[in-house]
Amino acid sequence: MGEEEKKQEYWRWTESNWKNPDIKWEDAKIVTVGIDVGSVSSQAVVMTDGQVYAYSNMRTGSDSPESARNALNLGLEGTSMPESRIDYCIGTGYGRVNVPMADRSITEIACHARGAHFIYGPEVRTVLDIGGQDCKAIRCDEKGKVTNFLMNDKCAAGTGRGMEVFADLLSVPIVDVGERSFEVKEEPEPVSSICVVYAKTEATGLLRKGWAVNEVLAAYCSAMGHRIFTLIERIGIEKGFAITGGLAKNRGVIERLTKEIGVEPMHTEWDTQIAGAAGAALFGYALVQKGKGRRK
Amino acid sequence: MIANYGYKDGSGDYFIAVDTDKCDGCGRCVEACPGTVFEVVDEDPNDPFREDPVVIVARDKGRKLKYECGPCKPPTNRPALPCVEACPQDAISHSWDR
Ligand code: SF4
Ligand code: SF4
Repeated sequence: MGEEEKKQEYWRWTESNWKNPDIKWEDAKIVTVGIDVGSVSSQAVVMTDGQVYAYSNMRTGSDSPESARNALNLGLEGTSMPESRIDYCIGTGYGRVNVPMADRSITEIACHARGAHFIYGPEVRTVLDIGGQDCKAIRCDEKGKVTNFLMNDKCAAGTGRGMEVFADLLSVPIVDVGERSFEVKEEPEPVSSICVVYAKTEATGLLRKGWAVNEVLAAYCSAMGHRIFTLIERIGIEKGFAITGGLAKNRGVIERLTKEIGVEPMHTEWDTQIAGAAGAALFGYALVQKGKGRRK
Repeated sequence: MIANYGYKDGSGDYFIAVDTDKCDGCGRCVEACPGTVFEVVDEDPNDPFREDPVVIVARDKGRKLKYECGPCKPPTNRPALPCVEACPQDAISHSWDR
């Protein structure tokens, strides 16, 4: 194994930005921005009259203000839109009170429901957001308004961060975890503990017992799926089930989870990580329309 | 809205549910609670269009509910919970007994 391979960061996912080629921002009446600073990733969504014009998705840096700044810069990159054109900006996520350019902050609960309603459509009734360090389950009505929610941020098990630690531990690139977890002859029993602290000991133990890496991945993904299931059970799952956040991209966890739930998740072409920021930008748009979104 | 504050871990589920459609932010639960679990805020952080006061459980308290509420939940002869008793709107419920 070469030096290069050893240095590989298996947890790393790709940062990205996108610009809607069909929209000319110069024609917009109202420009709003949502910035979601999560514990692991940050996004900025720029909306023109309630439509997504541009967005960015990147890793959260060492502090929230800087992460918000970087996300906004990346979102506006190549758009020629000056920041002064922004009518209203809302911060959300774990670091929402530390978004310097925000006119107001709104919780990620409200923003995720609203954002999921936007990116998945008005049939959404249950939103599961598996973030970097927490897991949120939200029920909403046909307008995207929250009717019931819970959030668990007590431990990293069942979160994006937990998965990153695990990918690193087994030296499997995080984007391959889902796929590889299905490359097993037979579905193994879920690992008994998915506590990030114990995962290492347990995984090492299983490997020593002769388990293939893919089998360990399968056992971990299914334990994580089960863990999330027992959490969202509390609020009840209705059809119109949408999953947001980074882990929505991990088939290994999601397919096992939805099998247990018995409700098929909805599909979207949008990047599921932008839900919170999209919801924030939409709230900005609604507030400006109501005449409440005046810049300070 | 039913707002569930708290957490789940290996030992169980510890959630306080507040029905924000019932709660009018009167603050009686705040006074009754020996653990300073509740807090009345002017607008619901989870509902940007609501403009009336409502009670919430702050994040740092939510993460310690099992311990915060411990004194109100002795193993035997458990009296009614002060917060639940104090609420005229019947807006508070707990997911765990002790
Ligand atoms: S059970 Fe006791 S400590 Fe817990 S919220 Fe109610 S009054 Fe406060
Ligand atoms: S006592 Fe009941 S109505 Fe009053 S603030 Fe507490 S939860 Fe709300």
